[in-house]
Amino acid sequence: MTTITDPPKEQFRLSMLIYDTRYRSMTIQVVALIGFMLLAAWLINNTIQNLTELGKPVEFGFLVEPSSYDINQRLLEYTSRDTHLRASFLGLLNTLVVAVLGCITATVVGVLVGVLRLSNNWLIGRIMTVYVEMFRNVPVLLWIVLAMAILIESLPAPRAFRGEDATATMNLNDTVAVTNRGIYIPEPLFSRSLGDVHIFGQSSLRFDISLDLIAILIVLGASVFAMRRVAARANAVQEATGDRPTIWYIELGILFIPMIALLVALGFHLGYPELKGFNFKGGTHLRNSLIALWLALSLYTAAFIAEIVRGGILAISSGQTEAAAALGLRPGKIMRLVILPQALRVIIPPMISNYLNLTKNSSLAIAVGYMDITGTLGGITMNQTGRELECILMLMLCYLAISLSISAVMNWYNERVKLVER
Amino acid sequence: MSDVSFVRTEMLAEQAPPATSVGVVGWLRANLFSSWLNTILTIISLGFIWYILAGLIPWVFQSVWNANSLTECREIMAATWGKTHGHACWAVINERWLQLLYGFYPPYPITPEVNVGDSTGFLPAYLRPNLAMVLFLVAVAPVLYSDIVPRQLLIVTAAYPFLLPWLMWGGTIWAPIMVAAGLGIGYLGYRFLSPVIGALGGVILAILLPVIWWMFLSGAVAGAIDSVIPIGIAEVESRKFGGLMLAVLLGIVAIGVSLPIGIVLALGRQSDLLIVKGLCVGFIEFIRGVPLITLLFVASTLLNIFMPPGTNFDIILRVMIMMTLFAAAYMAEVIRGGLAALPKGQYEGADSLGLNYWQAQRLIIMPQALKISIPGIVSTFIGIFKDTTLVSIIGLLDPIGLSQGIRSNAAWNGIYWELFAFIALVFFVCCFSMSRYSMYLERKLRTDHR
Repeated sequence: MTTITDPPKEQFRLSMLIYDTRYRSMTIQVVALIGFMLLAAWLINNTIQNLTELGKPVEFGFLVEPSSYDINQRLLEYTSRDTHLRASFLGLLNTLVVAVLGCITATVVGVLVGVLRLSNNWLIGRIMTVYVEMFRNVPVLLWIVLAMAILIESLPAPRAFRGEDATATMNLNDTVAVTNRGIYIPEPLFSRSLGDVHIFGQSSLRFDISLDLIAILIVLGASVFAMRRVAARANAVQEATGDRPTIWYIELGILFIPMIALLVALGFHLGYPELKGFNFKGGTHLRNSLIALWLALSLYTAAFIAEIVRGGILAISSGQTEAAAALGLRPGKIMRLVILPQALRVIIPPMISNYLNLTKNSSLAIAVGYMDITGTLGGITMNQTGRELECILMLMLCYLAISLSISAVMNWYNERVKLVER
Repeated sequence: MSDVSFVRTEMLAEQAPPATSVGVVGWLRANLFSSWLNTILTIISLGFIWYILAGLIPWVFQSVWNANSLTECREIMAATWGKTHGHACWAVINERWLQLLYGFYPPYPITPEVNVGDSTGFLPAYLRPNLAMVLFLVAVAPVLYSDIVPRQLLIVTAAYPFLLPWLMWGGTIWAPIMVAAGLGIGYLGYRFLSPVIGALGGVILAILLPVIWWMFLSGAVAGAIDSVIPIGIAEVESRKFGGLMLAVLLGIVAIGVSLPIGIVLALGRQSDLLIVKGLCVGFIEFIRGVPLITLLFVASTLLNIFMPPGTNFDIILRVMIMMTLFAAAYMAEVIRGGLAALPKGQYEGADSLGLNYWQAQRLIIMPQALKISIPGIVSTFIGIFKDTTLVSIIGLLDPIGLSQGIRSNAAWNGIYWELFAFIALVFFVCCFSMSRYSMYLERKLRTDHR
């Protein structure tokens, strides 16, 4: 007869930390953590030593000193007596402006080119292929510098618009002036303006919000809401009776009549650019640097987006189209109800990373002198104050915050359109 | 009953298809003029192509190739075609193409004794960077074309990391050999000492011995051997590097070094170890969240501050470090994609064979995952190669930086398009061929039956 004895009680030995899989992972993690902390401590220690030797300990006091440089393209009022912090804030806004403009244009152009590449017109398909390959395979910095050179070298100087024998004329019924110093477009003005709200008092982050703009947005929002209610009612009637009431004129009315009434009440008019002396005055001045950056970034990114869109559409099997056609849907509805919702799921994740790339590439603004956050905080402020560590740290944090928020928003959208799997 | 009926008894001969649906006409009708909308589009595109070519072709081909300055170019244009616009002045490329390709890298074999201005030498110009490039192709060939190229060439691949710096920067040959010897010492230490002190001690020793060797001994030993047997080539300073050579060098180094780092990061991100995973995710997301230009700012201003006081290493090396970290984060994501694309059965199969983690990774997972990720790695390389142009912003002389330098010369002041066209063409040829190669690979590697 055999007796089964209990296995001997294990005693903890030091070697079990390595050879026992139960403890090994813990050991590895602790070693990794200690290694990382040692590395970080070493780097920080070196940095502190070096900075003490250089006589510039880490401090952010320079941010409230006057910047004494100018920002030419800006959204908010700013003078060279304002602080470095305000300059950085304006730079951040400029980054966001070019990123938003670029993303919108890149999406429009990219979707158009992607669809046209699939066109059954051979010539159009080839032209779009050439466009895509040309832009994808040449560095974006070269495109930016090239766009800037084209704008400066090939457009007429403002003085070409002057005098009897002017060699250049303004476009669009004398409202837009395209010059080698930038493009002047009409600006919206309100003669009975509601005024501004001042936010954050006199601090560096102060900005004014136009009440006119808020009023316009409120009216627009209300109109859109009303339009959706009307459409919902029309749907309900269609469900009940089978006849869809004609509502397009009601919708147009809801959209335009309150808006026009508001604009008239505010005394809306356009301020046109005018040639005064050696330059144009009035209107909104879009500088070359902004236009070059915007153009180059959006055309470059559009080439990538075109490929994504094309891939997304090709990924939907032709059976889907045929089945939808067999159900009696018209081509437009097939695209809208069957192809696009499915293609979007393939398209959106790479689209997010392209938007992120565009935003990050907007830092190349420094090559053409557009004052985005790299140009202000990472450029002139850094060179003037010599605070490299602080400036680059803040710069990186800003970009990190922008990147993370874009990916958060887009991921949320992606979750919404994602196919719900069992 | 009349018998009038007609029954065909023999088949009719097959008729040729209508002339409008075959041949050139048929193709045109199907592809260019299938509907009125298509016809309009075709006509608009033809007009567009005509407009572009009518400007481009005379500019490219009716051009000046021999002149010493832009003014001379314009004089020749005015004399030949009567106008100075619409014709390219390729003379600038003719004069400066070597600079655009190699920067200020000395074109002749320099020795410390020979005066730098002296260009007499019996070796062909730019031998060293060219040799480095050729050797690079030889080194990657057994990896990229594993089915045609013999495996023995992998020796070149293994030696290349040591050959490249020696060829580019020059100096004594013993320095790279001694660095390589460190790896040998580590291996020998593991091989012979691990039976004595146990496997773990062996591993620690295999890491520790080379580090001690590199930090304290290798330099002295290399110097000692060099004083006895001086074999070496003249040194070239980093500030002479430039042009396309710099872009290629940065791209190759960044991708080559980032590959192993990227593999480790990807494995760390996939692992169950929370702290390791957290560190890897943090690094990857941080690097991917900031623009490369901020990392280059770090290279140009901060990296020396992070090092022990008194350290001062060369700007190109600093840029290489930052670009490698940048590439590693993207590489990690590419390889993670490859790891995620493997079916779970592969992991489970490896487990059921009793392989441990590293054996499974080395024998089962990595060979497949890397194979899947090669197209992604190639596109990362294209991206990094294009991004090397950013170094012109921190003052290195890559092609774009050089083009600004050439423009600031009085003779070529105001010349834009020719330089940009040349640089764009060079980048286009490199990137386009690489992207075609990656598409070919994707087709070759697609083993599912579709």
